[in-house]
Amino acid sequence: MNRARNIAIGVLAAVFAVSLLANIFAPVPYAMQFRDFVNAPASRQFWLGTDELGRDRWSRLLYGTRISLLLAPAAALLSTLMAVLIGGIAGYRGGWWDRIVLRVIDIFLSIPWLFLFLIVRALLPLNTSPLASVILTFMVMGLLGWASSARIIRAGAQSLRHSDLVLHARACGCRGGRLLFAHIVPNLKPIVLAQFWISIPTFILGEASLGLIGLGVGEPLPSWGNLLRELANPQAAMSHPSMLAPLVVLVIVMSCFQLLLSQKEFAS
Amino acid sequence: MKRLLGILALTASGLFAQWGGELRFCLRSEPKTFNPLMVEDEASETIRYLTGGVLIRVNRQTQELEPELATAWKISARGQSITLQLRQGVVFSDGTPFSAEDVAYTMRALLDPALHSPTGDAFRSASGAVETQVLAADRVSITFPAPVAGLERLFDQVPILSARSPKKEAAVLGPFAVSRYTPGSEVLLERNAHYWKMDATGRRLPYLDAIRLDIQQNRDIELMRFSRGELHLINTVDAESFTRLAQQAPSQAYDAGASLESEMMWFNQNPNAPFPEYKKAWFRSKNFRRAVSAAINRADLCRIVYFGHAQPAAGPISPANRFWYGAQLKPHAYDPKEALARLRQEGFRLIGDRLCDREGHAVEFSLITNSGNKARERMAAMVQQDLAAIGIKMNLVTLDFRSLIERISQNLRYEACLLGLTNYDLDPNSQMNVWLSSANNHQWYPNQPKPATAWEAEVDRLMQAQASTVAREKRKEYFDRVQEIVADEAPFIYLVTKNSLSAISPKVQNALPAMIRPQTYWNAENLFLGTAQVARNAR
Repeated sequence: MNRARNIAIGVLAAVFAVSLLANIFAPVPYAMQFRDFVNAPASRQFWLGTDELGRDRWSRLLYGTRISLLLAPAAALLSTLMAVLIGGIAGYRGGWWDRIVLRVIDIFLSIPWLFLFLIVRALLPLNTSPLASVILTFMVMGLLGWASSARIIRAGAQSLRHSDLVLHARACGCRGGRLLFAHIVPNLKPIVLAQFWISIPTFILGEASLGLIGLGVGEPLPSWGNLLRELANPQAAMSHPSMLAPLVVLVIVMSCFQLLLSQKEFAS
Repeated sequence: MKRLLGILALTASGLFAQWGGELRFCLRSEPKTFNPLMVEDEASETIRYLTGGVLIRVNRQTQELEPELATAWKISARGQSITLQLRQGVVFSDGTPFSAEDVAYTMRALLDPALHSPTGDAFRSASGAVETQVLAADRVSITFPAPVAGLERLFDQVPILSARSPKKEAAVLGPFAVSRYTPGSEVLLERNAHYWKMDATGRRLPYLDAIRLDIQQNRDIELMRFSRGELHLINTVDAESFTRLAQQAPSQAYDAGASLESEMMWFNQNPNAPFPEYKKAWFRSKNFRRAVSAAINRADLCRIVYFGHAQPAAGPISPANRFWYGAQLKPHAYDPKEALARLRQEGFRLIGDRLCDREGHAVEFSLITNSGNKARERMAAMVQQDLAAIGIKMNLVTLDFRSLIERISQNLRYEACLLGLTNYDLDPNSQMNVWLSSANNHQWYPNQPKPATAWEAEVDRLMQAQASTVAREKRKEYFDRVQEIVADEAPFIYLVTKNSLSAISPKVQNALPAMIRPQTYWNAENLFLGTAQVARNAR
């Protein structure tokens, strides 16, 4: 098991390192258009071929990985923290607090987010740089994406509240914040971590969908999301298998994260 | 070769034609109305075209006028009235006879202020009543309060209604009549058994028994159904799908050349727009606009974004519009050196790789376009790189269409915009709402209280002069000058003119794809579905 864990750590470290050093490993700037080599297949010059504007896919993948690997977990962390705070307290306190939080979660889950994002985009200033816009996008997703995780964490906290463990702690005089943070939250850790890991690909794919309505990562900045948008044309993907590279990297990274998570759970 | 020409001639004359069958193609939205006088959307226009009988028709291939229900017409010297000689022996689809009374009834309905007919707007040249006088059962005269430029062409859009039929909306003079409408699913048009046109063998047209119009918004599904043989036509195909289709089935993909659709960008020159004054000064500068235009590589846009199925645009009128096209105009050449020279004339200078204005402001602006339109997004990304080469930073923002329209027409919160323009009407009169400085579609600075610049005042004068002139050649002279001024001042930076791309099944015979809409079924009465043998012979 340790071997698998080490491999996962090695792969993740390599992906992180290569993407963080993208300006060294990328042979050309990610935005440069080689207009005489549009949709070129993989070659010695372009390792993963070029996209529909003649931009080097390998360079874009490196920079896109950097953006998505940094920002999607950040958004997932933000939403998970909010979910822990709101769901955890609701499950622990119960009563009217729980009922109010549940209603709020229901309302949040029933809001048509697409339209909300449209409004948010309409309110943003136009002269926002692509980098600022991508940070803003992930931040908004993080702030708005806590509800489904909060419901699960609330259920976990509620079942813990009635568990023998907490009953014993109460009998020993443990109350309030100490009971919450010393006994309930540590026992919620597997659920919280699972929610965190699950949120990362959700945010990455969410960003890709938002690109369709103009709230995604702005041109020419790459992200896994807008690189995956190329796969919307399956025929093109079949003729240029190198287009699948972002998907492959996404699957590998997520698998490594999952492997680490399960190893940790197993160890604990 | 002679044999082939002979077979083609026989097909066209109807000797090879097969009767019956059902042609299938798609409407891309629900028709909003079946009232032919209230048509505004494309789906309703399709139904109007296939069911309505008009007095005069614009031939979509030659773009010349052809007599339909009117066998002859004469316009008065001042262009205020038209006298039409009507075809005799014509009956509506319900069997009621057609006469001058029907024309008078249609004109009254069309110009009824209570109806607010969009088609009628084109006839309203001035305030005052329009008089329709029935001179005889087959002769009618229509007098307008002021001259109407290009009057006879306007009748192409006016289907004649029945004054006497008990079911007015069901009585039509076109080749087909609406038989069934299932909302969200289909519109079925059936053959008008009383249609007046005959083929060369003396048999009554149309050849087809019916046309089934499936309501289908998803273009990918439409293309897939066409490839499977479930549809016979796709009227307009985007360049990417067209290229794919041309690779798979070259004989089914038709590129008819330049269409009436252009793509362009413009800067917001409205003095009340909410952005800094120094940017407004850039956008008002002709040299700045021309520099941006010169920095854009239009040939690359055509080649990469439209896969070669487009051409660099020179001005407001596409080459598809044969008479009104300003052939003397040439697209602004791609010349970054010229762009920088023009910018230097205006006091701009390069500091490092950034362009700065006289006061030291780095040149940066945002360009909005509608999200989900791949071609526009790609074009904008290419323009972004072209402008970066002369030190201009352009931020690309894609917005949903509603937000975009709100920004360009209401709150003016934008700096530059990239959009498309389609002139369905060939006559420049239909563009009065774009070129007059007081018009609300004068996008770069709409609703001006008085012309903001001398050249806009000149364009106003020329547009009004052409609108009140009857002689076509003189009108062309005025409008050519408008095109020259627009090309020189570049309030709109025209990028590309898209080609008219369509898909037609080999089963459809007599199809003659045209550059203007309806591209594939404009001669619907002559279309027929051939068996493989007939199809082979005809081809």
